[in-house]
Amino acid sequence: MIQEATKPQVFSDTEGHAEKNYLNAGHTLASWLLTKDHKRIAVMYLISVSIFFLVGSIAAMMIRLELTSPRGTLMSSETYNKTFTAHGVVMIFLFLIVAIPGVFGNFLIPLMIGARDLAFPRLNLASLYAFWIGGIMATIALLSGGVDTGWTFYTPMSSMYSNGNVTLTLVGAFIIGFSSIFTGVNFIATIHKMRAPGMTWWRMPLYVWSHYSTSVIILLGTPVVAITLLLVVVERVLHIGIFSPELGGDPVLFQHMFWFYSHPAVYIMILPAMGVISEVMSCFSRNKVFGYQMVAMSSMGIAALGFVVWGHHMFIASQSMYQGIVFSLLSFLVAIPSAIKVFNWTLTMYKGSVWLASPMVYALGFIGLFTLGGLTGLYLACVGTDVHLTATYFVVAHFHYVMVGGTLLAFLAALHFWWPKMFGRMYPEAIAKWNAVVVFIGFNVTFLPQFVVGYMGMPRRYHFYYFAPEFQIYHVMSTLGSSVLAFGLIMPAFYLTKSLISGPKAPANPWGAKGLEWEACTSPPDKHNFHGIPVVVGDVYDYNAEEEELRLKGLAPQMVTKDDKVKFI
Amino acid sequence: MNFPYRPEQASNFAMDYDALFFTISALTAIFTLMVMVLCIWLISKYKRGKDADRSNPVHHNTMIELVWSLISLVLGMGIFTWGSKIFIEMRQPPANAMEIFVVGKRWMWHIQHANGIRENNELHVPVGQPVKLTMISQDVIHAFYIPQFRVQYHVVPGRYTMLWFTATKAGKYNLFCSMHCGTQHSEMGGYVYAMERPDWQRWLASGGNRYKPVPETMVAAGEQLYKDFSCSNCHKDVDDMRAPSLNGLFGRKRTFNDGTSMIADQEYIRQSLLNPGLNVVKGYNVTMQPYTFSEEQILAIGEYLRTKGTATSEAAQSVNPAVINTAIPAGNAGGNR
Ligand code: HEM
Ligand SMILES: [Cu+2]
Repeated sequence: MIQEATKPQVFSDTEGHAEKNYLNAGHTLASWLLTKDHKRIAVMYLISVSIFFLVGSIAAMMIRLELTSPRGTLMSSETYNKTFTAHGVVMIFLFLIVAIPGVFGNFLIPLMIGARDLAFPRLNLASLYAFWIGGIMATIALLSGGVDTGWTFYTPMSSMYSNGNVTLTLVGAFIIGFSSIFTGVNFIATIHKMRAPGMTWWRMPLYVWSHYSTSVIILLGTPVVAITLLLVVVERVLHIGIFSPELGGDPVLFQHMFWFYSHPAVYIMILPAMGVISEVMSCFSRNKVFGYQMVAMSSMGIAALGFVVWGHHMFIASQSMYQGIVFSLLSFLVAIPSAIKVFNWTLTMYKGSVWLASPMVYALGFIGLFTLGGLTGLYLACVGTDVHLTATYFVVAHFHYVMVGGTLLAFLAALHFWWPKMFGRMYPEAIAKWNAVVVFIGFNVTFLPQFVVGYMGMPRRYHFYYFAPEFQIYHVMSTLGSSVLAFGLIMPAFYLTKSLISGPKAPANPWGAKGLEWEACTSPPDKHNFHGIPVVVGDVYDYNAEEEELRLKGLAPQMVTKDDKVKFI
Repeated sequence: MNFPYRPEQASNFAMDYDALFFTISALTAIFTLMVMVLCIWLISKYKRGKDADRSNPVHHNTMIELVWSLISLVLGMGIFTWGSKIFIEMRQPPANAMEIFVVGKRWMWHIQHANGIRENNELHVPVGQPVKLTMISQDVIHAFYIPQFRVQYHVVPGRYTMLWFTATKAGKYNLFCSMHCGTQHSEMGGYVYAMERPDWQRWLASGGNRYKPVPETMVAAGEQLYKDFSCSNCHKDVDDMRAPSLNGLFGRKRTFNDGTSMIADQEYIRQSLLNPGLNVVKGYNVTMQPYTFSEEQILAIGEYLRTKGTATSEAAQSVNPAVINTAIPAGNAGGNR
């Protein structure tokens, strides 16, 4: 069969489409809730993070609507503060940190390295439950009484002054921390111990590498923030002086402890996303990722350097001048591995066969937005320029470029790329592709104006700005953009869900991609992933663009089928 | 419709700051464009189904990667050096700076001039005069932010922080609290008025505004407190058995029972009032009990101690030019530039 240039392969028959697979291996609720199958856990993560994302997005739209007017009209300042806190807490702790590892890390790591499951399946299930318990606690706290501290919980406000549901939220976040730690331990053990024969370190897909470095960060950082949040609770409930000067504590100590985790946490959010982009760029360029080893090592470099730059969140927080300068220097160094990656993804297309399928369009969007997000990090890493920009909308724009433009777009790229694998169905490709363009445009219209209004001095977390009416035009633009963005983000929920019911069935490898998850297992995968233990014989990403082009024209034999290619024991 | 894109440049830092800001912006634009152009070129050249030379694909090129990293590194270090230079200047007030005190509390700014004038949510400063703010919070962390001056710094409970600037242009500028501090955070602000020196002097002479308190200057207010609380019952003009003298204390090195030492500054005085047992001067026992003064009172006592035991007016003038409000030499405008 000759593949059309613009469409993914779709089979009407069931070739490669498993009759018996992990989805239909059991139909009872218990078969889901008590499953130890990493794939089912991944699906449950997908449903959960989508719900949390919806909650966070509703809060975001409320904020944007309120800001169209300098005096606000919809809610009180107290409600406004509670809304942005809910938005931040939900998006950071319940979506960004969890989404890619929870869904795609769980689903793909065993498949990519040729394992039957993660090393500790029960721990994996426990991590989901910890996430649910913590997430529900935090959500209840945020929606019932509310919390007005912002997701950063700075002391002494959080420990002594705020009278919202701070304690419950923090305990929720503490429990979610365990969910992260369980996942991290599991991934590290799995990657070390469960690789299939022939799957050497330098044959691992970059996606697996990125989770390896992420898991290291999780294990080193999360316990610190967990303890820190607990100390806030201790001060709040028992009045033991730790952070409050009234009780003999040090308010700035909290910021050091908080950012010691929360800076590396931004890499917890972005490294898995970077892994996704490596996979997608490679597959849709039909080329090995340019500088594969360099990209893997830069993930590890980011993981290590990411731990020594936390002070760049505290340049004006009364740390010493010398500390500020050293943290600034280190922050510039951590930017370099990111720069390497952008450069390498782009060059992956060189001499490739570039296929603008929907996952690729999302990935290209990522590259554009992440580049700008990373570069605007330089204004903030530079201690002199940060003084004026920190705590303004400039910072808000910067981190949305990396977290929404980066992580969320990568999440969407991943969702579109692996959707046929996860559910065995194809979605409408053209709609998905144009939707990526809508997201890209909506995103820029929302967040570009925020750089300008931030530079002009609009502080973040401000309900009113009637004393500086010149800010309004930018806020209005931003709100308009956000409605386009919202449309672009709701669309996938519809067309992907619809594909589950009426989408054409997907073959094992609709994109013609390389990797064990495509070449050695069905779509959706079998309950036990592989029919034997796969043996890896070839190099990672052994695409051949030249041959691919000939094949497109019908001048070369079709790709070898999986049985010739992958051996099983 | 007009699209202002930059806050006014109204302080000594603003020009330098903006030069660096626009340099980084230029680099950002160049690099973003480079990546975009490269992407578009590669996509159009190597699009699927399009004829192109795809033989001998390159999967890595260490040289090119090193060069790319080195270029990023060199440019990064350039920005770093420039930015650090600005920052170092921002953190080191010139010696002739006029000192003004700021107390932040939810949700207002309380400003106290050495000559006794008080303002709330407003700050009047003369153009051309370096101004140093000594700031403290009475509750949570706030931040003092004047976008048109490009200065911002946290105002923290329990310790003094500093921010300085020289206004270069008369006008009315925004004053924001930029550290989220609770319900009315977004309204914790007001305006900074930079005034030409004669206007400012007229403003001073008219008593600033109605918040002017009874004791004329901060030193006088501090002295009043010193008397009201009978500090001199123990702290005599010379050291004695019971307590050390406080004459000429300010700026002197103090050595403590545990062998450590500290220069006696505002921070030290604050701590000695609120927590006398923390650092006990060598050779003494703690007999002093903690006082509960407000931050304003502590600042006034500090100002008084700054002058105590010296020939008051001269010393005061040399330390803090603002104490004698009309005595600021008009010729030193522009700070250290
Ligand atoms: C290219 C590398 C990056 C550099 C040099 C950089 C630099 C910075 C700096 C210096 C700040 C502190 C700004 C301030 O508080 O004044 C900051 C804030 C922030 N960055 Fe980045 N960043 C980079 C990438 C990322 C990535 C990849 C993410 C997340 C996926 C991220 C998320 C954030 C967040 C969430 C904040 C704000 C935190 C807060 O105060 O709420 N950054 N960035
Ligand atoms: Cu405040």
